[in-house]
Amino acid sequence: MTLYAALGAVEQGLVYGIMVIGVYLTFRILDFPDLTVDGSLPLGAAISAVAITGGINPYLSLVLAMGGGFCAGVATAVLNTKFKILHLLASILTMIALYSINIRIMGGPNIALLGTPTVFDAVSVLGVPPYLAGVVVFALFAILVAVIIIWFLSTELGQAILATGDNPQMITSLGVNTHTIIILGVGLSNALVALSGALVAQNQGAADVGMGIGTIIAGLASVIIGETVFGTASIARAFFAALLGSILYRLAIALALGVEFGHFSFNPSDLNLITALLVVSALIMPNIKKRLMQR
Amino acid sequence: MITLDHCHKYFHKGSVNEVYALNDICLQIREGDFITVIGSNGAGKSTLLNCIAGSFFPDSGTITINNHDVTKWPEYKRARFIARVFQDPLLGTCPSATIEQNLALAIKRGKRRGLGKGVKNSERDIFREKLGHLHLGLEERLLDRVGLLSGGQRQALTMLMATMIKPEVLLLDEHIAALDPKTANQILGLTSDIVGEQHLTTMMITHNMKHAIAFGNRLIMLHQGRIILDVDGTEKSKLTVDDLLQRFYTVQGEELSMDSMLLT
Ligand SMILES: Nc1ncnc2c1ncn2[C@@H]1O[C@H](COP(=O)(O)OP(=O)(O)O)[C@@H](O)[C@H]1O
Ligand SMILES: [Mg+2]
Repeated sequence: MTLYAALGAVEQGLVYGIMVIGVYLTFRILDFPDLTVDGSLPLGAAISAVAITGGINPYLSLVLAMGGGFCAGVATAVLNTKFKILHLLASILTMIALYSINIRIMGGPNIALLGTPTVFDAVSVLGVPPYLAGVVVFALFAILVAVIIIWFLSTELGQAILATGDNPQMITSLGVNTHTIIILGVGLSNALVALSGALVAQNQGAADVGMGIGTIIAGLASVIIGETVFGTASIARAFFAALLGSILYRLAIALALGVEFGHFSFNPSDLNLITALLVVSALIMPNIKKRLMQR
Repeated sequence: MITLDHCHKYFHKGSVNEVYALNDICLQIREGDFITVIGSNGAGKSTLLNCIAGSFFPDSGTITINNHDVTKWPEYKRARFIARVFQDPLLGTCPSATIEQNLALAIKRGKRRGLGKGVKNSERDIFREKLGHLHLGLEERLLDRVGLLSGGQRQALTMLMATMIKPEVLLLDEHIAALDPKTANQILGLTSDIVGEQHLTTMMITHNMKHAIAFGNRLIMLHQGRIILDVDGTEKSKLTVDDLLQRFYTVQGEELSMDSMLLT
């Protein structure tokens, strides 16, 4: 792998790491498998792109994107809690609806951001070379998001969110409305996923309705890799593990795409297969480790 | 004071599995009452406590707590009046949270939760002091995850969490039934101490008639969703296990004879 490819992978790992933090929040903390993310990632990209081309400040466009993502998460959580639709199905419904909504927002299946201002302008002004701008901006955003989420989960409200995922009966008898907590948590998660999508769009200079396909699988793969490699001894550790897991995941993908066996090499379209194999191996690794230890 | 007025509860109403779990329950729980609740399996004891706590609503009838009509209040909203301990020690605590985090969740029962620190320094002193009364050494283990504790330790912690803020009523649903006999006795002793010290209004379901007689000032017996015995004061203190058994067999016998009448 070239240094350039490695840098690209780290960049991707950081920006999608914000999405992975959101996935960790629903999947692990709230115990709520949420497929909305496949729709809320392009939703964030679409809102940000439309806002920027409409002359809105790129940072403000991120806030709007997060607001959109939050609403998408709320829709899924309300379907689940108030209307008793299974979480997986509720999230698929929102995801499908978002496909149409995203096209409506963009006025077409995609929208280009050519020569428009982006959040990368500020670091370029500071003298950071262009090939590093992405890594620097994404690292700042990802670390900031991780720190804020870790702080939030240590507050009274955050502790109630953790307890809702852990023991809903107990936290209900302590006076917490678990429906409200789930709506808040899934909303927050999708706000982060939309933020991730908005940053990706600004980086690659376009928003596309198809860019969200496979988001949940990439998110889960990153979460599992992070947990397996870095552990989950504390909340802070678990979230940074998820972020680092995202970087490892993108590096592994870049590595796999670079290998050649004689005439055979992987195509980008083999990505889903590679990801599935990665998740499977990460899932069975603890078992294999245990068996080897017993010998 | 807590009042249940003509409460009825069906499960699976209208289907072949229909269960008439509560049949016209009228009950006044006076402040300071320590009521022990007995009855055979399926008599409706847990359903009665669940109805008071708001896990589900009665099909008809009203429930009032301190003059608030709470009949339609959801469980989380009634929590500011009610504390509960369940049979399963795993239900009362969060395993992945630490001891102090669990206690901090409990000290805010029924209050707003905002962006303040989840566990405050000022609270830690209270936690250590309260844990000290348990004599389990937990006051030295505030930062241990609760998942590491034994069932008995977790149930002791749950008792502490339930009574951290004084409830209008403490509901105990066979809360020692899942523990080994020695631990069960310790938790029972702890229950009696806490209830006595804080003069807590309490309902305790038990399947042990001796405990039902030895603890509390009042005893009720449920059978097929009805209260068939409600005694207090000196009348209760004179009760024996034989009295209770007799009472029990009388109602069962009545049913048997009714059944046989139907058959002939
Ligand atoms: N959530 C429920 N759904 C359906 N039936 C229930 C439910 N809870 C209790 N029942 C039924 O109601 C009756 C009373 O149950 P319960 O109150 O648990 O009895 P116990 O006195 O043993 O605690 C039983 O026949 C039980 O099967
Ligand atoms: Mg029961």
